[in-house]
Amino acid sequence: MNVPRHWREQVRRYRLLGSKCCDCEEISFPYRLVCPKCRSRKCEDYALIGKGKILSFTDINSPPQEHKYNMPYAVALIGLVEGPIITAQITDARAEELEIGMDVEMVTRKIMEYNEDGIICYGYKFRPIVKYAHP
Amino acid sequence: MNDNVAVIGVGLGNVGERWDKSLRELAIESIWMAFEDSGIDNVDALYVGNMSSGPFIEQENIGTLIADFAGLGSIPAVKIEAACGSGGAAFIEGYMAIKSGMYDCVLVTGVEKMTDVLPSKTTSILANASDRDYEAFHGVSFVALNALVMRRYMHEFNVKREDLSIFPVISHKNAPFSKHAMYRKELTHQTVINSPMIADPLTLMDCAPICDGSASVILCSEKKAREFTDAPIIVSGVGLATDTLGVHDRKQMTTLSAAVEASRKAYKMAGVTPKDIDIAEIHDAFSIMSALSLEDLGFVKKGEAAKMGLEGQYYIGGQLPINLYGGLKARGHPVGATGVYQIGELVYSLRGDGRVDAEKGLAENIGGSGSTVSVCVLERGD
Repeated sequence: MNVPRHWREQVRRYRLLGSKCCDCEEISFPYRLVCPKCRSRKCEDYALIGKGKILSFTDINSPPQEHKYNMPYAVALIGLVEGPIITAQITDARAEELEIGMDVEMVTRKIMEYNEDGIICYGYKFRPIVKYAHP
Repeated sequence: MNDNVAVIGVGLGNVGERWDKSLRELAIESIWMAFEDSGIDNVDALYVGNMSSGPFIEQENIGTLIADFAGLGSIPAVKIEAACGSGGAAFIEGYMAIKSGMYDCVLVTGVEKMTDVLPSKTTSILANASDRDYEAFHGVSFVALNALVMRRYMHEFNVKREDLSIFPVISHKNAPFSKHAMYRKELTHQTVINSPMIADPLTLMDCAPICDGSASVILCSEKKAREFTDAPIIVSGVGLATDTLGVHDRKQMTTLSAAVEASRKAYKMAGVTPKDIDIAEIHDAFSIMSALSLEDLGFVKKGEAAKMGLEGQYYIGGQLPINLYGGLKARGHPVGATGVYQIGELVYSLRGDGRVDAEKGLAENIGGSGSTVSVCVLERGD
């Protein structure tokens, strides 16, 4: 029974909510109850703007069973402009187009369906920021 | 408090796709071997290293299961879980039980039954060792986490994928000698380089196999051990440390901080430095983990492990022979059992198996993507 588990995370996933320490201002994602830098227990929600750079990436040919319908897909470690690093899928691009240092932005997409509860889970993915040439 | 802790018995069951044996049968097999090797058949407590008996075979409470079916009586028996590092963590629990003086003699059994489910289910279960909500939810498999670390390492230290491919070759070199190993054959460097890509830059042959297995060791005080043998193997230092659960939370993604910390503790307790270590069992679940381990245990500078490997320094006859019974790659990686296999193999090498003359050896067992690391230093007590 995974419904409450995904339900309680949805706001954080859709709005990319991490946390900020009220004492030392360290920003974390995922959110923390205890600041990993100064151990303060005063942490508040902090919305990240969803932009960053690819620090590393891979493409997955042998996925866990709950993701097999998405195959193939790329995942990356993304250094967000506010400081935290986030693990997420890359969308709107093929793995061979990716490179370390590439600018990416957050979008909300479907992460998985056909899981054991039949619910469709949405969440953040990141896509390369493309500069279009206008006519 | 007891003085020194010694290993007096080892039992290493065959590793492989053992469809004809259940988890309890695998465990009992290695326990009987360890009893026979030690000459005793009574212990005060059992510590079971196991990662995922629940998801794999829908069985928990396996401390009791094994104590019951192995006929160990009503002794204390618990499961110790630290993902793929469960075996090493269980060994350290056993060590502390003897060292404290609480018990005279304990059994540490590592066991994992992985092949009762389909491989894609196994991939999903192994991903439970990462952050379920913030890593695995996004479809990141365990191989993928290692691939992310590997690409970053290649980028930061200017190391080629093909250079890191030497590590499976090194582990397989020793496998034909290893009676309990899953793949008792050598591998060529080209085979590793050309094998199918699982998660770029990691190929199939960079990854340790899914399998079943069980290993047991018996620990007691050195004083008691000397009643049985003139040449006990002494556990001279142990260290266990954790790092962030998620790879994304590491300040340095390409350093196993837990390995740095655990080895610092183990070296200090044993009164040694990395230079004093003659042989090592390294957690080569993925080629990149071999490189990070050798560097962060202090055997070689950052970025230079693959170069040393290509020079032949990690084969028997080199500066630091590693994975003398095939490592995780060739012996196999029955996850929760692996750390106990490593200890048993180290004991075999230190007792003398005709290949190396080693005084001191080290075993390093990693749980998760480096989130738990145990390091044990063993030495000859003769």
